[in-house]
Amino acid sequence: MLALRSSHTVLPGLRITLGFTVLYLAVIVLVPLAGLPIRTAGMGWETFWRTITDPRVIASYELTFATAGAAACVNGLFGPIVAWVLVRYEFPGRRLVDAVIDLPFALPTAVAGITLTTLYAPGGWLGRPLAAYGLPVAFTPVGITVALVFIGLPFVVRALQPVIQDLDVEVEEAAASLGARRSQVVARIVVPYLLPAWLTGLALAFARAIGEYGSVVFIAGNMPMRTEIAPLLIITKLEQYDYDGATAIAFVMLSISFVLLLAINGLQAWSAARVSR
Amino acid sequence: MERRAGVAVTGTIARPSAARRVADPPLVRRALVGIALVFLGLFLAVPLAAVFAEALALGVRAYVAAVTEPYALAALRLTLLTAAVAVPANLVFGLCAGWAIAKFRFRGRQLLTTLIDLPFAVSPVISGLVFVLLFGRQGLLGPWLAEHDIRVIFAVPGIVLATVFVSFPFIAREVIPVMEAAGSHEEEAARLLGASGLQTFVRVTLPNIKWGVVYGVILCTARVVGEFGAVSVVSGHIRGMTNTLPLHVEILYNEYQFQAAFAVASVLTGMALVTLAVKTVAERHIR
Repeated sequence: MLALRSSHTVLPGLRITLGFTVLYLAVIVLVPLAGLPIRTAGMGWETFWRTITDPRVIASYELTFATAGAAACVNGLFGPIVAWVLVRYEFPGRRLVDAVIDLPFALPTAVAGITLTTLYAPGGWLGRPLAAYGLPVAFTPVGITVALVFIGLPFVVRALQPVIQDLDVEVEEAAASLGARRSQVVARIVVPYLLPAWLTGLALAFARAIGEYGSVVFIAGNMPMRTEIAPLLIITKLEQYDYDGATAIAFVMLSISFVLLLAINGLQAWSAARVSR
Repeated sequence: MERRAGVAVTGTIARPSAARRVADPPLVRRALVGIALVFLGLFLAVPLAAVFAEALALGVRAYVAAVTEPYALAALRLTLLTAAVAVPANLVFGLCAGWAIAKFRFRGRQLLTTLIDLPFAVSPVISGLVFVLLFGRQGLLGPWLAEHDIRVIFAVPGIVLATVFVSFPFIAREVIPVMEAAGSHEEEAARLLGASGLQTFVRVTLPNIKWGVVYGVILCTARVVGEFGAVSVVSGHIRGMTNTLPLHVEILYNEYQFQAAFAVASVLTGMALVTLAVKTVAERHIR
């Protein structure tokens, strides 16, 4: 006991570093964030309920969740293929491709927004051929989904890569030498092993997508009831000095984000338990 | 990398047939690589090319003019000023949090680690909103600020605060695991040999965690420079005054000055590419 204590007290500076950490956290994050539930509580139940059940607000929530879900599906399908290819196969330019995966993290969202809009607008590189097939992308929910696929792409790939790296080829070999077909190995060993990380990546991408603003606002078209996302509606309310309206919408969004955060923590614990086993 | 090579070697030497059977068939390999490259090409390479193509659509002279125009330079200055405050502030915080959390055990340590990640769960727009609720005209401190003629919202302090908020976790969350992995033995030895606390930190700890710090700083800088949603809420978009580079891109784009918008955007894209390059180098050193 005494040895344990002294090994911890040899290093100085706990009080000052911890004190500064907690103070900075409180001033920058906790106190400002606390204003949101306080303001929500202050506006009264009726105002709150009237705001968040307004048809225009409900339409924006529906659009936000539908497009975030659709984007998660696209990344859920292609993310594992990209991660698998990058970890397991050798091909020219693999390292460059691996580095570029993080582009959506590094690129300012406004740049992504105007670029995707220009590409998918009716006269754009990709928009023109798509429009010829009767599939307009920019200024429709499909366009919003495209932007969210871009934003969410690295989450799924980066969640899966270390787990695929960790997946022991010898386990697959053992299954194969015991007579399993490749499809059986994939279905019975690879997929179950990757499942927690895959879900974690999807949840992270989804959580990012429901709050996303910069990359979406240009391509969305922002028509009330049709292509108006919830974060934009918050800004619209603020511009009309309707602080309560903005706060009510934000409070609902923030609550959903926290539930997702808890779910992600659970998934990550599950995933970590898998890998360390 | 090393590990995979090792596996491959034992596979080929000990069980050549098993190694061959476990690999995906060449056709599947080629198909998967093809699908992955087409998907990434469509979503990453084509947009990247489009930024530069649009930026140079009217020639080099128009490009230079758009990038060196006074409002663009003012936006660049404000972006750099914001970075000059936000990155060092979050760096000091990250190092303090890292030292406290990685080197000591105390009650609430897990909770503290979770709370540091909090800004990641908050939409950029909401990150801006919370500061409007505090400092805005109808905000909690609004009347007091108005009385003393202090402007936070629609002014530089609001932009800096919102940016510090959104980039808050980046350095801490990279530094903490690297410090944890380095352990405390070297610091304890330095202390016992008579080094002061600060000497120990500068001479022993910092060299050990240097690439983790570089990694965190580069991620934080990228977010600070590129932040749009939060800054958009608190800025007021006053040209030459409260316009950062991403906001300047937005204004130009909404005025149909597409080439100028993409010219400024290409500068930000260049910064993003530098970020990716430094990040790749730092990752190699951390592993």
